[in-house]
Amino acid sequence: MANSILLVGVGGQGTILISKILTAGLTQLGYQVKMSEIHGMSQRGGSVSTQIKYGESVYAPNIGLAEADMVISFEKAEALRALPFLKKGGTLITDEREIYPMPVLSGAEQYPHGAIDEIKKHVEHVLVIKAAETAERLGSIRAQNIVLLGALVKAMKLDGVDWEELVKRFVPAKAVDMNIAAYRAGYGME
Amino acid sequence: MQMEMLSGNEAVARGVYEAGCHVAAAYPGTPSTEILENIGQKYKDKIYCQWACNEKTAVEIASGASIGGARAFAAMKHVGMNVAADPIFTMAYSGVNGGFVFVSADDPGCHSSQNEQDNRLYAPHAKIAMMEPSDSAECRDFAKAAFDISERFDTLVMLRMTTRVCHSKSLVKLEERQEVPVKKYVRDPKKNAMLPAHARARHIYREEMLKKLEEYSNDCPFNRVEANGAKIGVVTSGIAYEHAKEVFGNTVDYLKLGLTYPLPRRLMADFCSKYDTIYVIEENDPYLEDAVHALGFTGAIGKARLPICDELNARIIRDAFLPGTAEEGYEAAIKAPARPPVLCAGCPHRGFFFALTKYLNKSIVPIGDIGCYTLGINPPLNALDATICMGSGISSIIGLAKALEMQGDTRKALGCLGDSTFFHSGMTSLMDVVAADANVIACILDNSITAMTGHQDNPGTTRNLMGELSPALDIEKLALATGLARDRVVVVDPLDIEAVRNAVEAGLSVKGPFVIITRRPCALIKEVQKQNAARHCEIDGDKCRGCKQCMKIACPAIEFENGKARIFDTASCTGCGLCMHMCKFGAIERKEK
Repeated sequence: MANSILLVGVGGQGTILISKILTAGLTQLGYQVKMSEIHGMSQRGGSVSTQIKYGESVYAPNIGLAEADMVISFEKAEALRALPFLKKGGTLITDEREIYPMPVLSGAEQYPHGAIDEIKKHVEHVLVIKAAETAERLGSIRAQNIVLLGALVKAMKLDGVDWEELVKRFVPAKAVDMNIAAYRAGYGME
Repeated sequence: MQMEMLSGNEAVARGVYEAGCHVAAAYPGTPSTEILENIGQKYKDKIYCQWACNEKTAVEIASGASIGGARAFAAMKHVGMNVAADPIFTMAYSGVNGGFVFVSADDPGCHSSQNEQDNRLYAPHAKIAMMEPSDSAECRDFAKAAFDISERFDTLVMLRMTTRVCHSKSLVKLEERQEVPVKKYVRDPKKNAMLPAHARARHIYREEMLKKLEEYSNDCPFNRVEANGAKIGVVTSGIAYEHAKEVFGNTVDYLKLGLTYPLPRRLMADFCSKYDTIYVIEENDPYLEDAVHALGFTGAIGKARLPICDELNARIIRDAFLPGTAEEGYEAAIKAPARPPVLCAGCPHRGFFFALTKYLNKSIVPIGDIGCYTLGINPPLNALDATICMGSGISSIIGLAKALEMQGDTRKALGCLGDSTFFHSGMTSLMDVVAADANVIACILDNSITAMTGHQDNPGTTRNLMGELSPALDIEKLALATGLARDRVVVVDPLDIEAVRNAVEAGLSVKGPFVIITRRPCALIKEVQKQNAARHCEIDGDKCRGCKQCMKIACPAIEFENGKARIFDTASCTGCGLCMHMCKFGAIERKEK
């Protein structure tokens, strides 16, 4: 049986970069890995998702309802949107960050500020982290994805790979130190 | 050779390279775009490649290369094949000299498309071979094999992919490129010039070749039985095979089809005759299922349980065939707000669409086209009424203007499309406008790039896919070359609301064709981003009266909270200043670092 990780966020948040790092690391761990992402129109500030499946053998690249072992969300409302994809007993990690979609900005819909409380009513394993805030403190909000990567590696018990080395390989040279700090901060978050 | 994690698109590009292909062309379109991008980035030393104006010219470029003896390749999204159908259907009769393979990348679920047509149905209609890879390894293998099949059976080969095959990554073992010499070009009008007399003969020949190809299909390595000693037989192809494997594992036997036109009917009948229960697992239309039923296996179950609409996944198949076995999930009591894609902060189209809002429902009926600017249709701008396909933004308004006139509606039809779409098929639409002396306003929103698909060059840019400098076509001169008078073609900055409105009013004040070209590069172009990096706007909370005028432009960098507007994402704000134009209280200022 393959393990499934669903990464969700808002177009432009860097979900694809950490999917690449995860894919490389999981491959080093000896797993067969498939990663599926959606390009195009949805990248213009819309909801985005990347799907990673790994195990001894993996077939379907995408994840259906109640099929994800883990949902990792870069944004609070997106965690709520992705909840139906989490299987019972699975883990949900989400940033507290709120990014208002256009219908909220224009006043047509309400932002679900209480999303995390609502999720916690149903899901046992919820990890809420201040990834964006931490990344900003470390130098740039762009490192939010790497904070989340650290938290995910810890939660999925994916030790056994030099993840920091992989982070170095995938992020821009001038941002290496900040991203390593971001990874360690994420890994240390409970 | 090494193993590499490749997307289906990267793997096809690799296969085309390894097959010794010489010439490749495409028009960008999600989910196919990265195929030619990869050929341009990695293999241009060996493969001449170019972005064509549209899918038809891409296929024609490849057709000429094939006739000339070179191995040729073209790629397009599913709706692009509608545009390219004309040369494909006739090249099907001519066949090939150098192998000719093309990709149709379908988009089940309409992730980035205006429909979810199933292009497998094109193969029997056009009478060309079709292959359907299931993962990246097969993308490479099939792309490579397709060139050999093309030359051996004198046929075009369509590689039919879908979004999840194109954009999923899995391991591929790289191989060396096989150098294939360009075949000698020999004049052969009976094969290459489809006059009626030649075409009749070639049609007969084509039908004979299809029979030979079907024989090959029955025994080829791309169509295989996976026997597990089970009581249920599953017929499947493409990504649906992966979904089926996920659900049924080794509890069923599979007929896994890779060469799906001509279908291997002997093999299918042999397989189906062994089972009392047959499932046909496929996405969208019942292409395989109809064939299984036609072979007499009318009890085979497919679309009776699986949906025709939308993308398939393992869960949907599980619920259809193994009800009650899916994992349980969660359901929240509150729903997430919709998050539709939006025009980016600093997008030049925003200014144009906001300028139009003054005339909506009063003096214009606005029609859009396919591109980023399609997003102008969404609230709160609501600046477009309809979109159909590439180029229609300018041609459809000719008929719309007539229909409005016939019902006494005095509003003027206004159409818009982008620079790349103008080159794709909007130029002919503009010629129709001019030739008909149509009473319309045609707008070309020139942002100097093919933006929605991720910034590909087009004939209006100064580089080509080979990375060379290329002459940039001038849209204004092209419009004037139709014979339109100088005062009927206006160029404006779309972020200058007054200028856009003056242009629209000039267009409304005359009878006959009027052209507005808005010119400002996409805010995401690297050089533009650099220029804008040092500036952004700020809203003074003391001066803001909470009137929400600035919210009317639907900029994703502005939010409204606790009765005040604020630029909450200064990193994405480009300081375009459109919100400053909206504020009557001078609360918004542009800050330069």
